Amino acid sequence: MTLWTSFLVGLKEVWAHKMRSLLTMLGIILGVSSLVGMAAIIKGMENGMKETMIAMGGADKVLLEESDVPAEQEHLADQAPGRTMADVIALQETAPLIRLVSPEMRVNNAILTRGGRMTVPSECVGVTEAALEMNLHTVAHGRFFTELDQELANPVCVIGTAIRDDLFGSPERTGREIIPIGETIFINEQPFTIVGMFEHYESEQDRRRRLAQQRQGTPAVAGPERARGFGRGNWAFERKNRTVYIPLKTAWLRFRASSDRGGIPDPRLTDVDLKVASLDQLETALQQARNVLMLTHRGIEDFEFRTQENQVENINQQIRNARMSGGLIAAISLLVGGIGIMNIMLASINERIREIGICKAVGATGFAIFTQVLIESLVVALLGAALGVLVSFGFVHVLSWVTPTANEPVITPMALLVAVAFSAAVGILAGLFPAFKAARLHPIQALRYE
Amino acid sequence: MALVELRNVSKIYHLGGEEIRALDNVSLDIEEGEFISIIGPSGSGKSTLMHILGCLDTPTSGTVKLDGIMIQDASPRELAAIRNRKIGFVFQFFNLLPKLNVLQNVELPMIYSGVPARERHRRAMAALEAVDMANRAKHRPSQLSGGQQQRAAIARALVNNPRIIFADEPTGNLDSHTGETILQLFRRLNAEGRTIVLVTHDPEIAAVTPRRIEIRDGRIAPKPDLRLAGLQTRQ
Repeated sequence: MTLWTSFLVGLKEVWAHKMRSLLTMLGIILGVSSLVGMAAIIKGMENGMKETMIAMGGADKVLLEESDVPAEQEHLADQAPGRTMADVIALQETAPLIRLVSPEMRVNNAILTRGGRMTVPSECVGVTEAALEMNLHTVAHGRFFTELDQELANPVCVIGTAIRDDLFGSPERTGREIIPIGETIFINEQPFTIVGMFEHYESEQDRRRRLAQQRQGTPAVAGPERARGFGRGNWAFERKNRTVYIPLKTAWLRFRASSDRGGIPDPRLTDVDLKVASLDQLETALQQARNVLMLTHRGIEDFEFRTQENQVENINQQIRNARMSGGLIAAISLLVGGIGIMNIMLASINERIREIGICKAVGATGFAIFTQVLIESLVVALLGAALGVLVSFGFVHVLSWVTPTANEPVITPMALLVAVAFSAAVGILAGLFPAFKAARLHPIQALRYE
Repeated sequence: MALVELRNVSKIYHLGGEEIRALDNVSLDIEEGEFISIIGPSGSGKSTLMHILGCLDTPTSGTVKLDGIMIQDASPRELAAIRNRKIGFVFQFFNLLPKLNVLQNVELPMIYSGVPARERHRRAMAALEAVDMANRAKHRPSQLSGGQQQRAAIARALVNNPRIIFADEPTGNLDSHTGETILQLFRRLNAEGRTIVLVTHDPEIAAVTPRRIEIRDGRIAPKPDLRLAGLQTRQ
């Protein structure tokens, strides 16, 4: 019998027993939608993690951190120079595999005030121009620091939008976007002029939601906006929006003056971040940087490197785990669906033994009967898969509505493909035994079956 | 050479350790173009004989030659091909597939022999024409009377142009008038040159065929005694 005819007969058979077929397909429908839903959730997680990763500076960022000197150098510990601008300049001049060096000097316990308003930044740091590229900041309004600002240690700052929101009012509350360039704010009681403001950082999902809301006009919200997940939006973006940058030299002269070290304010940097020229040469680049630093530190190894490789690996591991467990659950439910199909196919051939006998009497070979039953089983599975795909779209929609997290589930074509292919395989597997049974029926016994 | 040659055919069933000789050393020739009835009370072995003649079953011993092919040790696959191309069946309960319409039922054997769709349709319509059922082609079996169903079944038996047609109690489920028209149809087909084997327990029906073979206790009775066969029932 041609495949197409078998397929049509299979469809007819499904149609003839609508309720029964639907119940049978339910297993496959649930299996497919759970597989696709699971994959969508994990994809959402992955997207969220990757965005967070990028917000934190990307994978090619390397932190140069302070560390205790090794045991054999313990007697030299009090001569450890710490990380200073000498290191930064040495690296910039002599380590070509290091593309970017960003020195940072943190102002501890910084509090920003303006009039009666007060806020705490996530970080208030003295930086150079390199910090922009290092931490992927974009100045949307005003300007960044000039060389003159750096040289004269001018009291100027560039702020993130969340700082603006707290000290001047957010666009949501005031109804217009305030750009406070030229205004004066106080950092730990010292006046600073705002010369620039970063763009508003947000996850792709938050941006889409905000734009959609703008298009519909601002809805009347009573009370504060409900928090979603960690604070407002993704914590990494929230943190980035709370940044305050001041010139490096300003931070040094104005906030380190009390910690005298050899007649000058403490010159030690709190952070030195590096970017390597290429990730492929990470190891070599770090070795090069280490050689340079061993010179400037007179052989005292009071530093170490920390790469974000570990973090990328961590994210991938988490996603692999989630995929494994989710896939397993979905596979089991698909398998259960397959057992349902097998059950119904057995019942179906049992009530059609006579028909099978007739087909054999007019010349159907065992193989023809075998393919017929197998294709029927496949038809049930594929119909179930098609319905399952439809259901999974609704399922994912409901899911993102019921449990709003920062990571919106995303349906990938790959997940759909895998789900459909898997159901087809399940359909064939489930059909094998009934098909074999039907094919082996003896024509006379089948014909005489009542 | 005869169309069908049975030589010393036996069929033995084992039922709970007991041996049942459904056919016992039967030899029989059927010539091309014959119209022959096999008659016998139920349980006499006539159905078993028909199953072996019709390649639905294989004998325990002996040889069966159909159209020059020895079938006693053919594989199920080969038997299916022989049934498909050389044999047509007509059953007591019509045995049409309920989910297909008449035309599709008639096309069924050709589907298994791989006839292209257009050709299939043409030949099925021709076969329905021959049994005067062309106007019912799109009906379901359940929408037809018994006689119409049986004629559709005959069309199905004819459609692959078989060498021989077996009819197992073809009138058993029909009233006598309808049964008569079916027998008329068989007579006409025989007159057109078809070889037809009619299996029945009814001597009156067997009387329409020129040649009759009576089966009793798994053997061919030496002299067909229609009266006796009609009266005798096995306990």
